[in-house]
Amino acid sequence: MKYSYYPGCSMHSTAAEFESSFRFVAGVLGMELTEVEDWFCCGATPAHITDPLLGLALPTQNLLQARPTGLDVATTCAACYNRLKTANRVALEKPKKREALAQILGEEYKGEIPVRHILDIFVNDVGVDNIQRNVLFPLNGLRVASYYGCLLTRPPEVADFDDVENPVTMDKIVEALGGVALEWPFKTECCGASFSLSRSDIVGRLAGEIMRYAKQAGAECIAVACPLCQSNLDLRQKEASEYEGVEFNMPILYITQLMAVAYGGGGKDVGLGKAIVNAESVVHRVFGHRGSERVER
Amino acid sequence: MKWEIKTEDIHTSFRDEVEELSGESFGACYQCGKCSAGCPIAFAMDHGPTKIMRFCQLGMEDEVINSDTPWLCASCQACTTRCPREIDIAEVMDALRIIAKRRGIKPRTDPDIALFAEIFLSNLRWFGRIYELGLVGEFNLLSGRFFKDFGKAPAMFLKRKLALLPSNPFKWGKVREIFKKCEKMKEGEGRE
Repeated sequence: MKYSYYPGCSMHSTAAEFESSFRFVAGVLGMELTEVEDWFCCGATPAHITDPLLGLALPTQNLLQARPTGLDVATTCAACYNRLKTANRVALEKPKKREALAQILGEEYKGEIPVRHILDIFVNDVGVDNIQRNVLFPLNGLRVASYYGCLLTRPPEVADFDDVENPVTMDKIVEALGGVALEWPFKTECCGASFSLSRSDIVGRLAGEIMRYAKQAGAECIAVACPLCQSNLDLRQKEASEYEGVEFNMPILYITQLMAVAYGGGGKDVGLGKAIVNAESVVHRVFGHRGSERVER
Repeated sequence: MKWEIKTEDIHTSFRDEVEELSGESFGACYQCGKCSAGCPIAFAMDHGPTKIMRFCQLGMEDEVINSDTPWLCASCQACTTRCPREIDIAEVMDALRIIAKRRGIKPRTDPDIALFAEIFLSNLRWFGRIYELGLVGEFNLLSGRFFKDFGKAPAMFLKRKLALLPSNPFKWGKVREIFKKCEKMKEGEGRE
């Protein structure tokens, strides 16, 4: 299984533990990753709300740079996923915009490179059976609320690998690892990522509501698959707790971190210590304390 | 809620401008309210998305342009996904923000929302990949909230959650070229 890999900006900074755990997990599952040469930022929300053409030109150029490999592009961030896939949709469906973009970029892109989120790859290429087969340390009934946020499933014409209102890919992975995937109503509610800096009050309220419902469902931790979801729920948990008037103390883990723990990853692969809200206690209670070395297979 | 509509408030040219820029047509909206019901930020908005859609149908430019609703839209796509008339409401919000900017209007309740997008894009233009530390620093400096999130800084550094250095700024000629060409195209549109 070979993929072009578009990490996106956060993976090299705030989401370093997503990057390390994903790379470890990819190795275990036999995924070969080649980083898109000289990839750059997709423009995220600020580009498309400022100038629609800029918001398309940036991801399209990245896809052009991925094209020579002929491989599917794998992404980890929900916002990158949305922008790259939107660029594909426009290239396929809107000839006028495609021409304008060709003028800007000096090359025509026809939307021929498939863009895939890693959840899609895990469940549909690797397969749940394979995910289960590689488990060395089962999650022992860890109660996990899978949180997908907005752009992993919306809009369904763009994000098309899971159910739009009740996605289940992450839940399937949690179950395959031996955890309990919880039913809860806020799986796809927005955390307000684009206001993380400018309106932290809004983010605090949205994150607070998400965590209240996760807690009510009996969650011991929340699993995410997007750097912005993680940083909003983890970094803004103090604001969220203040808004709700409850101390949540809810660890926010990337799904790949849970996979890496179950696959015997070392401390540096899993990166549990990176979270602001202590995630080590929950995981160690379930697994029993392990050393920081990788477990040989 | 009662709303008095005067003929002088109605500008069909405004409706056409938004339809042209967004590629969406307002005639389809039958005011079911689903967009406002599912909007996670509706609590902070002066008018919900449904009302904005009605104002747009009628061409009530002042109401729309001076509303903070488009600025507060988080682009989460819930409205777009759930609209039974298949209107891309989030795309309309993008268009309204751009038109407000053309008219020199900033968000009333919080100009920092517009500031963040500007800083993000200049960061992208220079560093190719977003330099998060620079982004936070510049935002605090220009918004005048110098010590915002100061308490979070030590933990983030200790945990190496923030990269200290940006990527090589000399590498991103192509990115700057894209910005320049897009700006040129926009100027061209303005002249037409």
